[in-house]
Amino acid sequence: MSVPGAWYLTVAALMFCIGAIGLLVRRNALIMFMCVELMLNAVNLTFVTFARMLDDIGGQVFVFFTLVVAAAEVVVGLALIVSIFRRRQGATADDVSLLRG
Amino acid sequence: MEWAVFSVFAVAALAGAGGVVMARKPVHAALSLVLTLFSVAVFFVLQGAHFLAAVQVIVYAGAIVILFLFVIMLLGIDQEDVLDEPLPAQRPLAIAVGVALFAGLLLVAGILQPTGAPAQRGSATQGDIANVERVARSLFTDFLWPFEITSALLVIAVVGAIVLARRGGPGTTLGDDEADVDVPVSGNGSHPHVGAGSDEGPSAVLEHES
Repeated sequence: MSVPGAWYLTVAALMFCIGAIGLLVRRNALIMFMCVELMLNAVNLTFVTFARMLDDIGGQVFVFFTLVVAAAEVVVGLALIVSIFRRRQGATADDVSLLRG
Repeated sequence: MEWAVFSVFAVAALAGAGGVVMARKPVHAALSLVLTLFSVAVFFVLQGAHFLAAVQVIVYAGAIVILFLFVIMLLGIDQEDVLDEPLPAQRPLAIAVGVALFAGLLLVAGILQPTGAPAQRGSATQGDIANVERVARSLFTDFLWPFEITSALLVIAVVGAIVLARRGGPGTTLGDDEADVDVPVSGNGSHPHVGAGSDEGPSAVLEHES
């Protein structure tokens, strides 16, 4: 017997919220980044679940594009973190507080 | 059977997510992230999205987490995070926001219903066409133009990463960059950039460039 889509959606919602809490709580920029990946994955899981529930391949194709954007985002974001770390010893969010207006 | 697989990997996915948030060392967080990403790949297989499951394992669990680990190693593995909060109210507030977010999602899921409109881009499960072929047909017909734009996006991301992570950082010329690299090197011909037959030192090469 196959698992109803609501269960997948619940797991995805929980993953999304854990990622959001982590993004707010943690101060290390790398771990904040991992939390963003977690939230992206939760959304991907939601897309695939709805693709099955509504029987539409468009959801899966959209996840493909999300993966591409996530890969590009990680590449640029990690380059930014390395660049910040070179200038000051530490990659926490507090170290870039000079960016505030 | 499907329920058993689902329950095991749902627990694994949530445990991995919790591990990312609570791990004291970044390496442990990255390894927990692998657990979650792999569990999501299993969910994709369970729902018939075989192509995306393969891409999830290769791109996410393979490339992206390896990139994270590279950066962690580059920045120094031995440091532990300070988990003390300078702002005393932040952690309870963050957890309250997360719980409110979950409640909001459940509320929306309870109120709204899918419209049941017919599939616009072709069926995801009906018929005997393989999943990879379905995704490919949709990607190379309906979504051809977005697909081409993603290639431009990837090129831009690679160029941006090189510009940002170069030793001189953005705003420096190539000459400054080379000088930054070559200053510690002493002795003739020991630097890989200098040709094998050349007996000019790195500084001589620099003078030619500038």
